Amino acid sequence: MKFGIVVNEGPYQHQASDSAYLFAKAAIAQGHEVWRVFFYHDGVNNSSKLTEPPQDDRNIVNRWSRLAEEHKVDLVVCVAAALRRGIRDENLAQGFRISGLGQLVEAGTQTDRLITFGD
Amino acid sequence: MSAIKKFMFVNRKAPYGTVYALESLEVVLITAAFDQDVSLVFMDDGVYQLKKGQQTKGIETKNFSPAYRALEDYDVEKLYVDSESMQARGLSEEDLLVSVTVLSRSQMGALMDEQDVVLSF
Amino acid sequence: MLHIVNKSPLTSNTLDSCLSTAAGGDLLLIEDAVYAATRGNAAESRLKAAMEKFRVYVLMPDLAARGMGERMSDGVTPVDYAGFVDLTVSNKSCQSWL
Repeated sequence: MKFGIVVNEGPYQHQASDSAYLFAKAAIAQGHEVWRVFFYHDGVNNSSKLTEPPQDDRNIVNRWSRLAEEHKVDLVVCVAAALRRGIRDENLAQGFRISGLGQLVEAGTQTDRLITFGD
Repeated sequence: MSAIKKFMFVNRKAPYGTVYALESLEVVLITAAFDQDVSLVFMDDGVYQLKKGQQTKGIETKNFSPAYRALEDYDVEKLYVDSESMQARGLSEEDLLVSVTVLSRSQMGALMDEQDVVLSF
Repeated sequence: MLHIVNKSPLTSNTLDSCLSTAAGGDLLLIEDAVYAATRGNAAESRLKAAMEKFRVYVLMPDLAARGMGERMSDGVTPVDYAGFVDLTVSNKSCQSWL
């Protein structure tokens, strides 16, 4: 089955991004496809390559980048939400791309299921 | 874009205290521009989004409530308000800045079951 | 339809709104909503009553993380993330009650 995922909260502040990641990983492990993850609201902060957690903590941003690389997951950051919050191409982590809200609509029309994680 | 799907946006949060109401409206407009079948639900504190007479000058924030009136121009005409939520807040249809369909909780639940994609903000 | 709730019933009306609105089906409690599925909490009777309409699932890793794994209410089915994925597959649509 083809999945779309929406992440509406930033990393470390809220569990949403962790839940979304663990869901995506489990779906892929079962042979499903995670076609796109769309980051909206404060969720755009999951894409900042300037993120530097303490060494004994999980690296939420790198974890998404790795998932994108290993399983061809399209990580899309909403442009309007990103610009509001100081996320731009120059501080974007690997595997993420900035695009419009139409990509969220597409994640609804082109997948079998769209799951939202937020507050 | 091939398939037309039924998208429902469930708004349960008040405006201004958080950004969700504004950014939800932005998705709604884009979804309508992609010619999808769009419904909006307002329940719990989400009904406050539709309150007439919002004056945001004093908080130096953009008043986005006029955009709800523009939904019609995007052919977004299915606006549903939960009756119980409205009553619990001392509001009636006359207090709202757009015309809506008022539904009971069970009617709302039945409508949710018919959707392909439900987004909640 | 799969209904997903992520907030504690003791601080938010989200679970109550979901239970009084949704027509029934599957209900999955994740994140802080897992407290709803524990013995002795003030919302337990409401969840029990909802079991007439809903099959209730709890995301076990979230319950365990909160030290409440031993307190799971009767009638609730524990699932892991794979089980969460299965629920989204077996239901034709899902709604996260944010």
